[in-house]
Amino acid sequence: MTVLAQLLNGLQLGSVYALIALGYTMVYGIILLLNFAHGDIIMVGAYISWIALAQLGLHPIVAAILAVAGCTLLGVLIDKVAYAPLRNAPRLSILITAIGVSYFLENGAQLVFGADAKVVPAFTDITTIQVGDVTLYFTAILTIAVTAVSTIVLNLLVQKTKLGKAMRAVSEDMGAARLMGINVNNTISFTFAVGSALAGIGAVLYSMAYTQATPTMGIMLGTKAFVAAVLGGIGSIPGAVIGGLLVGMAEVLVSALGFPVWKDAVVYLLLIIVLIFRPTGILGRTMNEKV
Amino acid sequence: MEEDMNAEKKPYITTSAARRDRGEHGRKTLSMPVRYAINGVLVLLFLVLGELMIDGGVISRYQSTVIEQVGVYIIMAVSLNIATGYLGQLPLGHAGFMSVGGYSCALFIMKMAPVFGLTSRTISAGGPEVVLLVALGLLFGGACSALAGLVIGIPALRLKGDYLAIITLGFAEIIRVVMLNIDGVLGFELTGGAKGLTGIPGYTNFLNTFVVVAIALFLIHTMMKSRHGRAILAIRDNEIAAEASGVNTTYYKTMAFVVSAFWAGVAGGLYAGCIGVMAPSKFGFMKSIEILVMVVLGGMGSMLGSVLSATVLTILPEALRAFSDYRMVVYAIVLILVMIFRPQGLLGTYDFSLSRVIERVMNHDYPWKKRAAKEVQENA
Amino acid sequence: MARNVSRRSFVKFSGLAAAGMGGASILAGCGGSSSSNGDKTIKIGVLGPYSGDVAQYGLACRYGADLYFEQNPKIGDYTVELNEQDEKGDATEAVNAYNKMVEEGVVGIVGDVTSTPTIAVAQASANDGVPCVTPSATAADVVTFGDNTFRACVTDPFQGKLIADFAAKQGWKTVGSIYNSGDDYSTGVQKAFVEECAAKGVSTPDNLQLGYSAGDVFFKTQLTTIISAGVDAIFSPNYYSDDGKIISQARQQGYTGPVFGVDGWSNIASGGYATASELQNCYYCCSFIANNDDEKVKKFVSDYEAKYNETPTNFCALGYDAAMVLAEGIKVALDGGAKPDDKDFVDKAVAGIAGNKVSGVTGDISFNGTGDPEKSSLIISFDADGKEVVFGSIEA
Repeated sequence: MTVLAQLLNGLQLGSVYALIALGYTMVYGIILLLNFAHGDIIMVGAYISWIALAQLGLHPIVAAILAVAGCTLLGVLIDKVAYAPLRNAPRLSILITAIGVSYFLENGAQLVFGADAKVVPAFTDITTIQVGDVTLYFTAILTIAVTAVSTIVLNLLVQKTKLGKAMRAVSEDMGAARLMGINVNNTISFTFAVGSALAGIGAVLYSMAYTQATPTMGIMLGTKAFVAAVLGGIGSIPGAVIGGLLVGMAEVLVSALGFPVWKDAVVYLLLIIVLIFRPTGILGRTMNEKV
Repeated sequence: MEEDMNAEKKPYITTSAARRDRGEHGRKTLSMPVRYAINGVLVLLFLVLGELMIDGGVISRYQSTVIEQVGVYIIMAVSLNIATGYLGQLPLGHAGFMSVGGYSCALFIMKMAPVFGLTSRTISAGGPEVVLLVALGLLFGGACSALAGLVIGIPALRLKGDYLAIITLGFAEIIRVVMLNIDGVLGFELTGGAKGLTGIPGYTNFLNTFVVVAIALFLIHTMMKSRHGRAILAIRDNEIAAEASGVNTTYYKTMAFVVSAFWAGVAGGLYAGCIGVMAPSKFGFMKSIEILVMVVLGGMGSMLGSVLSATVLTILPEALRAFSDYRMVVYAIVLILVMIFRPQGLLGTYDFSLSRVIERVMNHDYPWKKRAAKEVQENA
Repeated sequence: MARNVSRRSFVKFSGLAAAGMGGASILAGCGGSSSSNGDKTIKIGVLGPYSGDVAQYGLACRYGADLYFEQNPKIGDYTVELNEQDEKGDATEAVNAYNKMVEEGVVGIVGDVTSTPTIAVAQASANDGVPCVTPSATAADVVTFGDNTFRACVTDPFQGKLIADFAAKQGWKTVGSIYNSGDDYSTGVQKAFVEECAAKGVSTPDNLQLGYSAGDVFFKTQLTTIISAGVDAIFSPNYYSDDGKIISQARQQGYTGPVFGVDGWSNIASGGYATASELQNCYYCCSFIANNDDEKVKKFVSDYEAKYNETPTNFCALGYDAAMVLAEGIKVALDGGAKPDDKDFVDKAVAGIAGNKVSGVTGDISFNGTGDPEKSSLIISFDADGKEVVFGSIEA
């Protein structure tokens, strides 16, 4: 029973990481940018939920839609303001800009909302579902389900639609894609919108499960999901899910064995070991460097 | 993609043949010993003047503590600049090295003080044994940090760009977790865990900080002007080309990384003596970013840039205490704006050389002369 | 790619911006320092984190101290002039701010607030002897660096011991803990708790004393281990935002047994960090509770609410008491004929604090040769509406 419960814990934690890692992977797959600010977009989403539910007293569904829409807009805005001017700049510059954006969102939120945690009211009264004699947590099941659905939808989007084709083309060769008549800027903006919408969904699920919003919550969440994305092979959609579940399971396993204080170290160690043997992650493509 | 970091490139080595070709045959130059002597005298003057002002009470203790921190951050920025500016990599775990150096130096000094017959009060008072103890402590801190740099560098440097960034971030986090929990494994109190290492004697003062700053700047400068430094720059400019030209890239990348870690460790040792408390939570990702901002703002690849921005960014928040709420937000905006409008930083790769100025004066080769000559040419 | 700015214009622009900020700060400085009107003044420092991660504690302490000095604007014949500095929760900034204050002539400091910066300040101040009264730095060695550092609160080990006695009295046989291993407060309390439990015959198996990292939000793994071991109670010695999540997640797992903690909980009910139903069968020890019949506390709460329009927390009360301890101690020195300009005034003020006894809103505070006060503590539980009620009290 304990083993089963811990497995479910791992699955729940892992699916949150996977959902956020999907956002990282989408953006990286297209413009090779590690969007450091991704975790902080989730933080903004959690604050939007808080404003909508606690301050304005809106219906939970409206609040969820607002949070997702807000995150999507924010993602596109960040791209337009901070990343677009650097489209052809060296990678190092874009990476530092991303760190700057992340820093800005965190400290901006601290300035506006204060350092104290804000309590997000419950979205729903349902907390558990009884299946036979097994009790399942509603948020855990919802998170796992949403992650699974998002993965499938994303895969279809990238593989089957025209926009997905454009995204793959841009990721393959931006210059050639432009010559083929693809609107590169719109495609990138769309990618940011999708990635940030995922962050918004993550924010809603996070607020449901943990009911608190703090300015720094995005750091831990973002870093872990980031590790998950890199572990799975950044740029690969199934890789992100595998990476997320792996990180979640590893954390729960180490904690359940009685060493919870070492779980972060183990996760990073896992990352390092994987990167040493597979420098582009578990499912990552190896790219040959051109002279 | 990293290779086109710096749009304008000057040749770093000017051979005498090239100089002859440019018709600079009759140019007067300073010989190396003279150059060193001039800089040495200036450094000495700075140290003596500073010490006299502190002893005379012109500089208050508050100001001198801030100045010591400026020194610590100068070393931090300049050492990160080796890995970022000169080697062209983006390590995100510099604070981790700082904490390794800080802890090991502080522990060394605290454990060894009785061996030298010193107590924490006599350490602040000074004396020849103290100088020896502090020097050994800083070296020990630097060595421990360099060892950590070696352990981290060998696997990390196999990776490129973003992957290197994330793996160094991971290592720094591991260092933090180890500092936090090592006591439980060892079974006795070493780092003090979450409450931190307390009761570190105040062995840092203006004089030893800036002596170390001067040594660090000198050694890093000479390293970068040497064969090794040119190899490191070659790797930054184009790794594949460098390898093809016979540069042992793995060796030089690791070397640059280890040297960078060594100086971060020394700076950490000075920091520990300046503040008196080491707590693992202060050496997280945020601290690494703070140092990165200094390097990026000053100009990646410019030592003067690192020194200037470390100085300004350490003093500015003190001077602007009234604006402390907005400081971090302003940092972030500055970082983004600099990347958009001047990605090579304030000074780019420009470095100031006093000897160059003196030589220009000796040769009556002033910038305005050139401009005047040009104008004459244009008018004609 | 955007237009590249040349070095020269960049320097020019940066210079202008810096000059602008500098000018503004000078103006701001002018606005602040126009209070001296020829009277005899005495300068008191208030130090704490007013921005950054732990700003909420720093601000709460500052509000408490401000309230005290508003009600008592004079010590003896001297008008109090406050010098308030923000240290952002950072040891480096705290030492800098401390040095700055001493240079500006403060004769006593209310602060610092959190443990690590307070230790840094305690070490820096040991040679100057400037009396520092910290409202809330609970780490054991805060007061060990010099006899000039005092605190208004009780220590981590003291609280750990107190709550272990409470656990023994409740008859709990096996207790599991979940604590923030990255925080000195949580680890300090937890360690003392385990030691005292051993003495009192409460079992605390090693494999049920589980830590978590700062920033964690998912505690179900640790809780699953603890709950499935069949413990009588869960000990959660953390700050309220984490404790709230721990209680919620424990209740979600179907655990209805007691969860208990220490004074880090003090905002848990009023801030809504856990719901009323989740807070049933929860306890914590604390020296202050707003919902108290004591006359002094009632007056403090109503004054505080009138000034700030919110209910005071434990930190606000401790800030108030720390200010009181410092002011009364300085008064003893002044009454003894010392003058603030005297060279040895700070030593006399330290002696004044050490030998004095004040009755604050968090209880009577006196120091028996150490900087640690001896105080009794209240055990607080929650009624059906989630409101805090006094469950009992524990003597030191």
